[in-house]
Amino acid sequence: MGIVSPGFAGRRREGTNLPPGQYLTHDFPVLSAGPTPHIRTEHWEFTVTTETGEVRKWDWAALLALPAEEITKDIHCVTRWSKLETSWKGVSLDTVLADVETGADFALAHSYGGYTTNLPLDDLLDGQAWIAYEYDGEPLDPEHGGPARLLVPHLYFWKSAKWVRGLVLSDTEDLGFWETAGYHEYGDPWREQRYAGD
Amino acid sequence: MTTHLDGNAAAGALSELFTVDITAAIARCAGCAQTGPFADTHLYVDAPGLVARCPGCDAVLLRVVTTPTDTYLDLRGLTYLRVPNE
Repeated sequence: MGIVSPGFAGRRREGTNLPPGQYLTHDFPVLSAGPTPHIRTEHWEFTVTTETGEVRKWDWAALLALPAEEITKDIHCVTRWSKLETSWKGVSLDTVLADVETGADFALAHSYGGYTTNLPLDDLLDGQAWIAYEYDGEPLDPEHGGPARLLVPHLYFWKSAKWVRGLVLSDTEDLGFWETAGYHEYGDPWREQRYAGD
Repeated sequence: MTTHLDGNAAAGALSELFTVDITAAIARCAGCAQTGPFADTHLYVDAPGLVARCPGCDAVLLRVVTTPTDTYLDLRGLTYLRVPNE
């Protein structure tokens, strides 16, 4: 006791911040399964479709008119990089979904470009998820999902759909792009739920 | 900058699954029907898996995800892969 060097303590502190199997990165890797959509904000639209077929829509001005939050969170990619204390601005899904009447258990997020990812609706609520449109004080770059992306930092980052355009709410869980190809249906980095069956 | 490779870059991953060289096969897109060598597809590798897209319409033709225990192969976007009999 009392003989631990500051350097060793520092590494331990970094280690305890990272989920199992992750390494720390200070840049912001760009991963993409297809071409980057370039969506002009005047054409942007976000749609929530409930399990009864009711549709709610927001255009860019309507999104910006909603109360925004500054968010600082660690993010964890399933390809094993983690980035700590990333800074975002966006609108909480609690706000977006406040007036949406639904008893659905699941959401399938849809993106411009065709990407999808599935999440339990509970994981989009209670201050856990946002539609983010700024990163580090700047408008979100298209390569990082701009003009707006889903931000669900407590799950692996493939759940934080870039170029998000809507949510389809459902009583049943429809799997998304990576979840239909071997990735875990939930994706909790702290339980290392990378692949189906983990 | 996100860019794609050409389908030749899938040769290594696909050789784990097929005994023939799939990059030399002729692929037909189930979306737009564009038909051409698999080597001409647009391949995205900076991703949790390997994704080949149609050079005509960008639709997903093929996905490969390798987990510690299994390899998942999704060919839904292809009407066919035409492989010469020698």
